[in-house]
Amino acid sequence: MSQANRLAGGLIDRSRGISFSFDNKRYTGFAGDTLASALLANGERLMGRSFKYHRPRGPLTAGSDEPNALVELRQGAFREPNTRATVTELFEGLSATSQNRWPSLAFDALGINDLLSPFFSAGFYYKTFMWPKAFWEKVYEPLIRRAAGLGRLSMAPDPDVYDKGFLHCDLLVIGAGPTGLAAALTAARAGARVILADEDYEIGGRLNSETFVVGDTSGTDWARNHARVELLSMPNVRLMTRTTIIGTFDHGIYGALERVSDHLAHRAHGKPRQIFWRIYSKRAVLCAGAAERPIAFANNDRPGIMLAGALRSYVNRWAAAPARKVAVFTNNDDGLRTAADLVAKGVEVSAVIDTRADGAKVADADHFRGAQVIDTKGRLGLTSITVRLSTGETRTIACEALGVSGGWNPNVHLTCHQRGRPNWEPSIAAFVPGNCPPGMTVAGAARGVFSTAAALTSGAAAAREALAAIGIKALPADTPKAEDQPIRIEPLWHVGSAKGRAWVDLQNDVTVKDVKLAHQEGFRSVEHLKRYTTLGMATDQGKTSNMLGLVVMAEISGRSIPATGTTIYRPPYTPVPIAALAGRSCGRDFRPTRLTPSHKWASEQGAVFVEVGMWLRAQWLPRPGEIHWRQSVDREVLTTRSSVGICDVTTLGKIDVQGKDAAEFLNRIYANPFGKLAVGKVRYGLMLREDGMAMDDGTSARLAEDHFVTTTTTANAVAVFRHMEFCRQCLWPDLDVQIISTTEAWAQFSVAGPNARRLLQKIVDPQHDISNEAFPYMACGEISVCGGLRARLFRISFSGELAYEIAVPTRYGDALIRALVDAGKEFGAVVYGTEALGVMRIEKGHAAGNELNGTTTALNLGMGGMVSKKKDGIGSTLSEREGLNQPDALNLVGFRPLDVARPLTAGSHLISGRERAEAANDQGYITSVAFSPSLCHSVGLGFLKNGAARKGEVLRAVNPLKNEEVEVEVVSPHFVDPEGERLRA
Amino acid sequence: MPEHRLHSTTPLGGTTPRVDELPGFRIAENVGAALASIASRLNREAEFAAAAKRFFGFEMPGPGKVAGKTPYTAIWTGVDQWFVEAPFASHENVARIVKNGLGDSASVTEQTDGWARFDVGGPAAPAVFERLCALDVYAMPGSAASRTTIEHIGCIVICREARLQFSILGPRSSAASLHHALVAAARSVA
Repeated sequence: MSQANRLAGGLIDRSRGISFSFDNKRYTGFAGDTLASALLANGERLMGRSFKYHRPRGPLTAGSDEPNALVELRQGAFREPNTRATVTELFEGLSATSQNRWPSLAFDALGINDLLSPFFSAGFYYKTFMWPKAFWEKVYEPLIRRAAGLGRLSMAPDPDVYDKGFLHCDLLVIGAGPTGLAAALTAARAGARVILADEDYEIGGRLNSETFVVGDTSGTDWARNHARVELLSMPNVRLMTRTTIIGTFDHGIYGALERVSDHLAHRAHGKPRQIFWRIYSKRAVLCAGAAERPIAFANNDRPGIMLAGALRSYVNRWAAAPARKVAVFTNNDDGLRTAADLVAKGVEVSAVIDTRADGAKVADADHFRGAQVIDTKGRLGLTSITVRLSTGETRTIACEALGVSGGWNPNVHLTCHQRGRPNWEPSIAAFVPGNCPPGMTVAGAARGVFSTAAALTSGAAAAREALAAIGIKALPADTPKAEDQPIRIEPLWHVGSAKGRAWVDLQNDVTVKDVKLAHQEGFRSVEHLKRYTTLGMATDQGKTSNMLGLVVMAEISGRSIPATGTTIYRPPYTPVPIAALAGRSCGRDFRPTRLTPSHKWASEQGAVFVEVGMWLRAQWLPRPGEIHWRQSVDREVLTTRSSVGICDVTTLGKIDVQGKDAAEFLNRIYANPFGKLAVGKVRYGLMLREDGMAMDDGTSARLAEDHFVTTTTTANAVAVFRHMEFCRQCLWPDLDVQIISTTEAWAQFSVAGPNARRLLQKIVDPQHDISNEAFPYMACGEISVCGGLRARLFRISFSGELAYEIAVPTRYGDALIRALVDAGKEFGAVVYGTEALGVMRIEKGHAAGNELNGTTTALNLGMGGMVSKKKDGIGSTLSEREGLNQPDALNLVGFRPLDVARPLTAGSHLISGRERAEAANDQGYITSVAFSPSLCHSVGLGFLKNGAARKGEVLRAVNPLKNEEVEVEVVSPHFVDPEGERLRA
Repeated sequence: MPEHRLHSTTPLGGTTPRVDELPGFRIAENVGAALASIASRLNREAEFAAAAKRFFGFEMPGPGKVAGKTPYTAIWTGVDQWFVEAPFASHENVARIVKNGLGDSASVTEQTDGWARFDVGGPAAPAVFERLCALDVYAMPGSAASRTTIEHIGCIVICREARLQFSILGPRSSAASLHHALVAAARSVA
């Protein structure tokens, strides 16, 4: 079949033929076609199967409100389900597949659902599948899920890339129909920054579907060759076609999805398929037009039955007749335009059925006034309609397409996104925008102004008014002359009929009867109606169906339409791929990483990295021959303890604290006092939350009377800085203290082990004496290294060994790690990773994140004595709460397995004697475990009730998840060097 | 500065700054600027303002602004807070130099290596920034600066020449991620 239904004219480019396939059958169309228009031109009306009953369906609309013609587009990993054929631009090689059918579109085995429809009425899933209860999860739900749904996902990662972006404007004009063009021209001529966005690939809106004259030319020509050309000539205008404004958000922010290359056969490498824009507007004019609504009658869903305005679009814009013999069913004047345009295009109009007794006559067509369509025939496509004439007589009329017009609904959606409620306007029998989001005005058909002339003046006036509010003066617009016909409508929503289902929501298969059933069962509010019947809950958000559904409800309940009310809309206006919302933030680029100064060196060594927050830290550094991580970690620990080890500790937060009151500030931030810390000394500090729980720990080094460097744990660096900033600004604005993060500015390495000093003496310039006498434990100072580079040295230890932390400006960090490794060669020095760091701190009994878990106090941690009673600090008072100071409070203790061959498991709970392993007998829990290469067995830290007094006791460490039990002895948490002699050596 | 034997690396890990020439957009790692943060001490704002004007030769800029006179450029970063740039070659120890110049009226902290600086620019600059951050770079005058977020990374964008030349300061440890985002955006726009 080669475009048998193609007419003359239209806005297609006949010089550019396009070949495409639908369900593996080859077709041709033209540039400018949509998939739907090209299929119609090829005589294909059947494009999909319905959601629930698998009814054969063809396009109802010619736009984004389409409920029926949903296809799977493209192939393989590029496949996208539920793509609307009505807005899919045709491109060379396009491949589409119908969905929700098996084995084929023409014969669908699940069409059986249609015969079983009495069982699938509204809310059927609330009433059926109730028993046996256990069947729901295992049997019914999987079955229903397989049968339901429309298209299939590719189940492969999306190979396309997506961008996100940000735009700014004085005026956002939503919709580039006559209203939007008039608004944009008015604003642009006034010099305002204008964004004009339209979901279509052509500007002009309805003008492209009509035969109207604007000024002294066709509407299309005016839009394309006058308005567009002028707008493009102005640098203050951004014209965005293929861009849907999908939502209205706070403060004049709009979301927009731009389909950059959906219409191209192939996307260039690295170029986005779509861009999700966030538009910051000072003002917005909604010129979204109106959408036609159907009239419900029995079997009104057959392929070939579509909205009259859509039929007109296909014929005028795309020169594609859905069929050669067409009828029109209308309750208003606009429907008659379709009949007239069809006649003008040479399509046979077999009948015009006007529900009104006094509608105008269309020449060259059988005209039935006061008549209604009451039924249709045709299994895979319309073959005839049955009409009840004004006399009561019925007549069957042959036709393969039927244009239906029940009137037009202003597209109020975006006005509702901040809970604006539309108002009923009886003169057009439709809802018009009510209270709009701040900064938004509505013009043209979107506010119920339907003639072209009125749309143009309305758009221009709205732009002027919007600009005036932000101090931009626009001249009165010189809008071109255009048709100014009133639309007369006599509302009719559905045709009563004894037999046959009259469809309301075609995407979710909701009928008039379903609405009645909902009412009968007590779901009478429109919100309940919606959820019970699923009316309007499909991806089309009920654009063609909501009105009809609520009117049927109003009729049944005997209430007026405004009293029945309407549901409102939320973003997005049309579906947005999740991938577009993610933009580039996916896969490896989901979040940024932070690299340590020694990263390059560690990579060269084949280090294994671990993510700590956003940091990539070396976890261990395997040497040749090591095949298990424990071999590497044990070596790193043992070498550090016996000679010297080096570790990159740059990731710990460093906060520079300065000011006359810096010491007092730290006094208040920490539980322990800092006021008397001498210059050149470091002190360990414990930070409590206001409720007395431990928040973070670290050290503060006093570099000068009014200058400290405070460190935090890696994980809490940002949180602690934020906390300190809050305290500084809000709690104690009277303190002279300034803080700023310097975490990244300094590359800092720990050098630990008995040979640490000897190694550093090769690095630190000789004028700085770092002997134990001159630079004792907890000393700090500004020094120079490697021949004069300024550096900082802190004598602090996390491992329990003689240890220093040395810091240089980060750009020298790579050089310093290499210099340290080089200097360490004579000592057999190792570089150790976070795993060895963890082992050593557990061996030493130092609390870390597992112990500072948000539920532990200083007392629990064995640091109760640090909470100063002589000064006030955050958390001091509430840490004295009675409940936190019971004799059986948890204490941090160490554990060793009685059977040294058995490993301990973190998270195990502690149970005494032969008591049952249950919550009532819980004595505490193990927080951290490691294999101690120093002791050659597993060691653990944990919290035990009154643990400090229970050394030597044997308990069961129970892990019910793995059904494990290990007998453990309670010991001091300090497994290595409990007296701290090494670190003071 | 005394000679020492440690080599320096750039935020991207190279020995020389990396330059990417993309269509209409150039991304150049810049390691030639030393950076210090300055915060005026409590209740000494007037004293600080006078000291700063005396030392730098210009008044500290207000919110969103940049001011400068060779060799210093000051960027407003918060209430009573600024960053000051100076050539690294002559001012490697910028914090000490500035602190000596300002005395007790200000707290000064070295920030040079806390940040990676990318000088970016070219005719495509505004279009590239549209894909990166919420700043309205079209409207930024040539002496403006603002904090913003680029691909989840907190940055400072400094406009050197309206719509054409910008500097982006981002945390040094995330330089590779930031650079990746800049290149991806520039390729996307090109």
